[in-house]
Amino acid sequence: MRDAYRARQYAYAVRSTQHDKMRWIWIDKFVEFRSGERAVAVKNVTLAEEHLQDHFPGFGVMPESLMIEAMAQTSGILVGEAKNFEEKVILAKIKKAVFFDYVRPGDTLKVAAKIESIAPEAASTSGRITCGEKLIAEIDLMFSHIDRNLAGKEFPEENFVFTDMFKSLLRGTVF
Amino acid sequence: MAMSRDEIFQEVREVLVDALGVDDDEITSEAALMGDLGAESIDFLDIVFRLEKAFGIKIQREELFPAESLMNNPELVNNGKFTETGLAELRDKIPHTDLTAFENDPDINKLGDLFTVDAVVNYVDNKLNAV
Repeated sequence: MRDAYRARQYAYAVRSTQHDKMRWIWIDKFVEFRSGERAVAVKNVTLAEEHLQDHFPGFGVMPESLMIEAMAQTSGILVGEAKNFEEKVILAKIKKAVFFDYVRPGDTLKVAAKIESIAPEAASTSGRITCGEKLIAEIDLMFSHIDRNLAGKEFPEENFVFTDMFKSLLRGTVF
Repeated sequence: MAMSRDEIFQEVREVLVDALGVDDDEITSEAALMGDLGAESIDFLDIVFRLEKAFGIKIQREELFPAESLMNNPELVNNGKFTETGLAELRDKIPHTDLTAFENDPDINKLGDLFTVDAVVNYVDNKLNAV
């Protein structure tokens, strides 16, 4: 239960900082979207991202935690769309996260996610991040459809996970 | 082709090592998924998904690990303990677990102890043989 709890706390923290000001989006657009199967998003890394000045001074490297977040957003939207965004899809478990190379300012990442299994309560995904031909990371995740898992615990009616911010990512994409 | 019990155990062991991040030698028949191997609620779904892939079977989560739906029914659980009706329901719903010790003290907090590696092997064994 601990991991699921932490994931929920994390989601609340992220969503509550999102209102109006903070833009917590770590992918730029989708370039492929096959409903219920697979999605590929692109992330352009730029020196204008403030944290790269400190991580690390003189040698900007995209933090691995943000690569997990980029994968969670790509996979999470894929999982959410599979059920018409009716479920509150929360990152519940990082099954695997292995990193093979640095990501530097100027790099264009492809974040590819695939649904491995999906059930009424949850979904499991696998994913790869690449930069050109180079494999950067392999990240496999589990998502919980929280309204179906918490033994009667109630969450707000509105879908606070899939706000307009995320949906606009899909709206802007033509396939 | 039918799988032997030992082959099923080896495959289940691999699933649990991957899902729970434990070592091979921690996976013994008696090991309880929660108490001994540190499984949490989302891990049960992870295990269900992995078993489906490993054995090519379809598993309803409630069939392998029924808990929530039973515990919220006052006819089955009273004062934190399973009633006679509750125990009968358990025998019916989870024939893959060994209820002998649990029947002496059917405390709901001990329900997790029933879900051992052996119970998972039993479940898969029944499922494959029934096909």
